[in-house]
Amino acid sequence: MSVTRLLTSAALALGLASAALAQDKTKVGFIYVGPIGDGGWTYEHDKGRLAVEEHFGDAVETVYQESVPEGADAERAITQMALQGADLIFTTSFGFMDPTLSVADKFPDVKFEHATGYKAAPNVSTYSARFYEGRAIQGHIAGKMTTSNIVGYIASYPIPEVIRGINAAYIHARKVNPEVEFKIIWAYTWFDPAKEADAATALIEQGADVILQHTDSTAPQAAAEKAEGVITFGQASDMAEYKPRPRVSSIIDNWAPYYIARTQAVMDGTWESQQIWHGIDEGMVEIGEITDAVPADVKAEALAMKEAIATGEYHVFTGPLKKQDGSDWLAEGETADDETLLGIDFYVEGLTAEIPQ
Amino acid sequence: MSLSSIDATLLLASLIVAATPILLAALGELVVERAGVLNLGVEGMMITGAICGFAIAVQTGSPLVGFVAAAAGGAALALLFALLTQVALANQVASGLALTLFGLGLSALLGQGYVGIKPPPTARLDLGPLSDLPFVGRVLFSHDPVVYVALALVGAVWAFLKYSRAGLILRAVGENHDAAHALGYKVVRVRILAILFGGACAGLGGAYISLVRVPQWTEGMTSGAGWIALALVVFASWKAGRVLLGAWLFGGVTVLQLNLQAAGAAIPVEYLSMSPYLITIVVLVIMSFDKSRAPGSLGRIFHASQ
Repeated sequence: MSVTRLLTSAALALGLASAALAQDKTKVGFIYVGPIGDGGWTYEHDKGRLAVEEHFGDAVETVYQESVPEGADAERAITQMALQGADLIFTTSFGFMDPTLSVADKFPDVKFEHATGYKAAPNVSTYSARFYEGRAIQGHIAGKMTTSNIVGYIASYPIPEVIRGINAAYIHARKVNPEVEFKIIWAYTWFDPAKEADAATALIEQGADVILQHTDSTAPQAAAEKAEGVITFGQASDMAEYKPRPRVSSIIDNWAPYYIARTQAVMDGTWESQQIWHGIDEGMVEIGEITDAVPADVKAEALAMKEAIATGEYHVFTGPLKKQDGSDWLAEGETADDETLLGIDFYVEGLTAEIPQ
Repeated sequence: MSLSSIDATLLLASLIVAATPILLAALGELVVERAGVLNLGVEGMMITGAICGFAIAVQTGSPLVGFVAAAAGGAALALLFALLTQVALANQVASGLALTLFGLGLSALLGQGYVGIKPPPTARLDLGPLSDLPFVGRVLFSHDPVVYVALALVGAVWAFLKYSRAGLILRAVGENHDAAHALGYKVVRVRILAILFGGACAGLGGAYISLVRVPQWTEGMTSGAGWIALALVVFASWKAGRVLLGAWLFGGVTVLQLNLQAAGAAIPVEYLSMSPYLITIVVLVIMSFDKSRAPGSLGRIFHASQ
């Protein structure tokens, strides 16, 4: 055996070995829209990532990039992660939808999972949680507890997910309190603590004594805490540091089981593109502890509603419901189908504001 | 639409709070630029001040000590910039941008243990009977001390630049550093002091966000306030009075547009969202049609041998 041949085979063996090693370790990437310390949306996704690391130990390596802006720069960030050899990439904001699909097209062997979007591909799955189920419970508590009958709502962007949440909260607040009025501020950001705090303050100054938020930081909680007698709800994360007041309950996104299951699927080679939308029933949406600031009977009703939603006995969007313009949407006893809900772009009757176009 | 739900008193009071961080940062940058240095690191110094102030206030339980620490933190970062640009003669634009990136990263690192913690409350200054006056009392005389420090600083900077000998020297250094040097003034020393002052002001502004306006620590929480302060200095034609006007305009329109949205005004939200930037720029540009211009040596590197 000549020296050259020996070296070649040695190199070949080494190459095979390292390839095998690389195959052993599944690389999972995460693209975040905010910093992992936002205490809300991104914080919960990162908890899911840590759960993946803990569950699989050395078999998995995770990487993440935080504060990735929605738009052109997102494509660069996702591409970079794919080039680094990620086998599975979770892109965790609505605005990453088109960048994800465009990168997925260039990397057919990499699996992608896009959160809260509606476009899929052979190697792109979408996953989202039925946050509106939690919003309904918040609406119920808000309608019961408001004394000024004004509920403030800090919205982020006019996309179906946010509009769905406003509708769900409003329907259930009005059901228990026909006098209730919603004041809505569009922040046009997912994360800007100073602006979120200002928005909360503006709403409180205009008489709101309940603040609902669809932005990611805990700043509105801090602003509400400074005011007297205002209640809030944790968004995306428990925000437990503001218990028992102003935060009286919360919607918690629990991504960990899903992230672990999908990572497992990639390792087993059983990963397939799917579009899933899980709610309270599957445990992707959790309702954080309802504190003692809420009267016992209201708390009991809220928990009963949670139970009814979980068992499928009650659907949050059950007719009779009309659209804002007065036209019929759902007849008596009819429930909204997922397709309508996923693309919802109208308010229900009674909301006075307009959706920005 | 129910504009009656907007309370003018509360609106004006929140305007002053919303304007204070950018006012402080812009005042500092104004002095820096009048000394002929362009420091683009305002955002980085602000966020560093925000976490330094927050951490120290939490540790000591005293917001006052926190604000002092914030000024020190901002100044420390500014010292780095001063060393780079005044001693090592590095490019000011590149150093300033690097300072912002560095500040954002450093603050995220320092702030790791401070997420979800509440800072000690900053008490309102008790001005006795003044605070009880109708309208004026709520708008002007019931704020925390930092608001008054910022306002006093506007007057102090204006008087310093206009009437004091030291202010004249600083302006001379900014207008023509070679001439100032020929007259025997210590160009580098003056500039380093100005840069430190700018850093301290930016740090105070950042801490105002984390200790009073929000109040909590969240990574990246200044989210662009430093850049607005920078723009404000230019549009205010490097004049302290106009910086105050610009900061109030910007803070005022920001708060007003949120209030208009909440009141359900029939103006498209997109226009409301861009209105603070637009209105501030338009007003200050119209005002700057007089003969004001940038300091002559702004952004130029000085070396005594040249």
